[in-house]
Amino acid sequence: MSEPQTLKDHFREARIFRHRVAVIVLLMVALFALLLAQFYNLQIVHHGDYVTQSDRNRIHVRPLAPTRGLIYDRNGKLLADNRPSYTLSIIKERVDNLDETLDILEDLVALSDNDREKFKHRLQQRRRPFESVPLRYRLAEDEIARVAVNEFRLPGVEVEAQLVRYYPYSNLYAHSVGYVGRINERELKGFSEEQYQSYSGTYTIGKIGLEREYESLLLGEVGYQNVETNARGRVLRVVEQTDPKPGQNLQLFLDSEVQQAGLKALAGRRGAIVAIEVDTGGVVAMVSSPSYDPNLFVTGISHKDYNSLTRSRDLPLFNRAIQGEYPPGSTIKPLIALGGMHYNVVDPYKAVFDRGFYQLENEKRRYRDWKKAGHGRVDMRVAIRESCDTYYYDLAYKLGIDRLHEFGNYFGMGQYTGIDIPSERKGNWPSRRWKRDYRGLPWFPGDTLNVGIGQGDVLATPLQLAVMTATLANRGKRVTPRLVQARSPQATSTSLQDVPDQQWDLVISAMEEVVHHRSGTAYKAGRGMSFRMAGKSGTAQVVGIAQDEEYDSEALAERHRDHALFVGFAPVEDPQIAVAVIVENGEGGSSEGAPVVRKVMEQYLNQPIDLAVTTLSMSGEGHVEH
Amino acid sequence: MSSTDFIRRMPSAALDLRRPINFWTRMHIDVPLAALLIVLTLYGLAVLYSAGGGQWYYVKRQAVFFCMGYVLMIAVAQVNLAFLERWGWALYLFGFVLLILVLVMGVGAKGAQRWLSLGGFRFQPSEVMKLAVPMMVAAYLARRMLPPSLKYIVASLAMVIGPAVLILKQPDLGTAILIAMSGLIVLFFAGLPWRYIISAGVMVAASAWPAWHFLLHDYQRTRILTLLNPEADKLGAGWNIIQSKTAIGSGGWPGKGWLNGTQSQLDFLPESHTDFIIAVLAEEFGLKGVLLLMLLYGLLLVRGIFIAMNAQHTYGRLLAGSIIFTLFVYIFVNIGMVAGLLPVVGVPLPFFSHGGTALLTLMISFGLLMAVSTERRRVLKS
Repeated sequence: MSEPQTLKDHFREARIFRHRVAVIVLLMVALFALLLAQFYNLQIVHHGDYVTQSDRNRIHVRPLAPTRGLIYDRNGKLLADNRPSYTLSIIKERVDNLDETLDILEDLVALSDNDREKFKHRLQQRRRPFESVPLRYRLAEDEIARVAVNEFRLPGVEVEAQLVRYYPYSNLYAHSVGYVGRINERELKGFSEEQYQSYSGTYTIGKIGLEREYESLLLGEVGYQNVETNARGRVLRVVEQTDPKPGQNLQLFLDSEVQQAGLKALAGRRGAIVAIEVDTGGVVAMVSSPSYDPNLFVTGISHKDYNSLTRSRDLPLFNRAIQGEYPPGSTIKPLIALGGMHYNVVDPYKAVFDRGFYQLENEKRRYRDWKKAGHGRVDMRVAIRESCDTYYYDLAYKLGIDRLHEFGNYFGMGQYTGIDIPSERKGNWPSRRWKRDYRGLPWFPGDTLNVGIGQGDVLATPLQLAVMTATLANRGKRVTPRLVQARSPQATSTSLQDVPDQQWDLVISAMEEVVHHRSGTAYKAGRGMSFRMAGKSGTAQVVGIAQDEEYDSEALAERHRDHALFVGFAPVEDPQIAVAVIVENGEGGSSEGAPVVRKVMEQYLNQPIDLAVTTLSMSGEGHVEH
Repeated sequence: MSSTDFIRRMPSAALDLRRPINFWTRMHIDVPLAALLIVLTLYGLAVLYSAGGGQWYYVKRQAVFFCMGYVLMIAVAQVNLAFLERWGWALYLFGFVLLILVLVMGVGAKGAQRWLSLGGFRFQPSEVMKLAVPMMVAAYLARRMLPPSLKYIVASLAMVIGPAVLILKQPDLGTAILIAMSGLIVLFFAGLPWRYIISAGVMVAASAWPAWHFLLHDYQRTRILTLLNPEADKLGAGWNIIQSKTAIGSGGWPGKGWLNGTQSQLDFLPESHTDFIIAVLAEEFGLKGVLLLMLLYGLLLVRGIFIAMNAQHTYGRLLAGSIIFTLFVYIFVNIGMVAGLLPVVGVPLPFFSHGGTALLTLMISFGLLMAVSTERRRVLKS
């Protein structure tokens, strides 16, 4: 191998090279064939699939949120509005580094820890890919500008204009209209696939009150927009659009003037007012005091605000009008009186002598009248007028619990009224069976006496008391209370038919005397009224006090006082409105409750303009029919 | 043996003796090759115009590089092959030193040190090795008796493995493999015995498992896994492959039309003007455009093989063979990657991908091919 050149066989080298080239050419042909096969596979065999995929790539379907239906009071005043608001939201899929982006945003807009925390929480929830997640609501003009200027370094960050619910009356309607809030995880999980679709553009859902009850009507129908986007999600053009259908507007029976008059009359005391139209069951006023600003909940309430609401001893979130269960006290006496006549156990015109207490046979215990000295000789009329307890102990005893229970049912005692907002409670209208089931005890005659004066185990919500009063005013026709004016006439529920007019007259005129007779319990409150009112006061004992409450002698004493109740309807000759009021720890039903009822009625009945409008619209409809 | 009859050894050369030497031969230009190059260049620029979003920016830059490339090609074509054969080692040594320098003082990007910065001009030394390695091995083997004995094989392997390891250290697995391949193919063409090839193949297969676990970087493993199942990480590593397959598949036979590819024009396709440009072509010109491309590449390879087989000397033959095979590997790896057959590696598509240095290297290699092609006539002429 000293001289390689001499050993070289050029023919052999060329031959080897040719063989090797042949191998390589075969390899090349094979691999080129493989490539072509793959292209054939992609471009011909699966062409259709990839076309679909490519279209889906650039055509994005974007949901368009429908405008939520508005809510008006009976006079067309807006109670729930939609206001444009600029929301800063983030599409996580398009963000390179979320923490970095949040840090940049922190310099541009005011971000509280709460915003960040809420945002992180929302990110965990189920969501469509590329769905934006709100970070902050209600951006100010200068914040929008700062974000816009920095857009280039904030991929995936968007400023969206949205309509956000707004309640102009703030706390006035928190307990009736309720509020909307962000759809939470639990609600999301409960959604059917159809619901999930219909909320695709919507971030909020009715949480309580009418907003929740009428959610499906208020929501509207989602619309869609097909947009062509680039890979970074920038919308280049709109290809096709299906407009969303706005939700239905609601017109309520509620009257802002009456509502405000009621709240004013309560003057900051804890309590509730329910006023309903006797004919229709339309709720003219529903007040629960204290209240809160529902606007806080719309875009997510802060922990601080929420804690202050939930920890308040006054329970502002609690809707006393439909959830507060109070002993009705003497307000149910007209009902007992009617029952006595209905079952023929008493002669209403026969007077009995009241010594200030009542005793059962074979029992030592004295059932006291509120008036220690007694009322003297009382018949049924006087017993209602002066609210004589002894008369009703006797009457209740004569009726017995079974008949009492049956008769109370006609007035809706212990039953849901069926009002069109959720979370109503039904109070309690006791019976033998109830006591056996819930207390495990037999019924004692003493229990019956307590029912006769609306104490003991009897519980009713202010709404139930208003319905009971309206049923009295209607002479047995019980209506279902309604907040929303329905297009079809209101169906009435059970009627008490076989009570003769004369018995109604007696009870109603006795109630009238409560307010207008010199010896009536509410005579003071009724002086100088421009119309005649029938009413009944009540005082409910506050039972016990919770052991874990802090000792605060003044507050304790205050909260130990009796609840003041008053129910009434007016005008007597042609009843239009029935009102029930409770003032917690107000003590005197006549002194504290009656004036509130009067103010509400006056506001409702002395509205000449409103009446004219009603008349006009009614005649207008008449014309259309002809 | 050294006085072997010239004419008898080279029968085809006898015909050339009678043929007059024309202008192109005198200029050392292989006309069929040049014609194919120009057609491919124009096709590439047309696709690049679309891939760049219908803007002249990339096309202008690329056209400038092409001009430089053609000038270099013609210049290289003039070089005497014997000169190259003798002095090729100097280029190899130069490249070797540069590779070491890169590791010591290179400029990094994305976790890899691949560039040397020389007075503001950035330069990738591995480009030098793309040509220097096959030249070195070819020159070495051309002087030995072929097929090579074990001693020469080992020496050749050392020449190949040295630079490959240095490039692997940068780390740039793709380039290291390509450069190693360009040297090994010389050995193959020189007649490396099949028994060695087969046993090497067995060894590679056997070492696949340890290599996967100990040799590969995480990102390299991810690329391979992504190839096998791109759907696993749609928005991350799988994005490129899904988008490029979608682009190709949605093109169909006729294509969506020039500048009308939605995948490319709406930025869904990543790296659309560099490594993934074939997807733009396939989307906008369809399968017919792909077939045209393959035809042009095929003709180019055929012409290259023809040149190699008719080369006058072993050196030219081996060098031309290596250049052609390397070109084929670039084409196959790039298209295979974009079409989802191979893992994502940074290999440009010749004549199409935007990028200066790779293009200059490519044109220089065609210059070498032309030098080989015209060498025969030159020898006869002299």
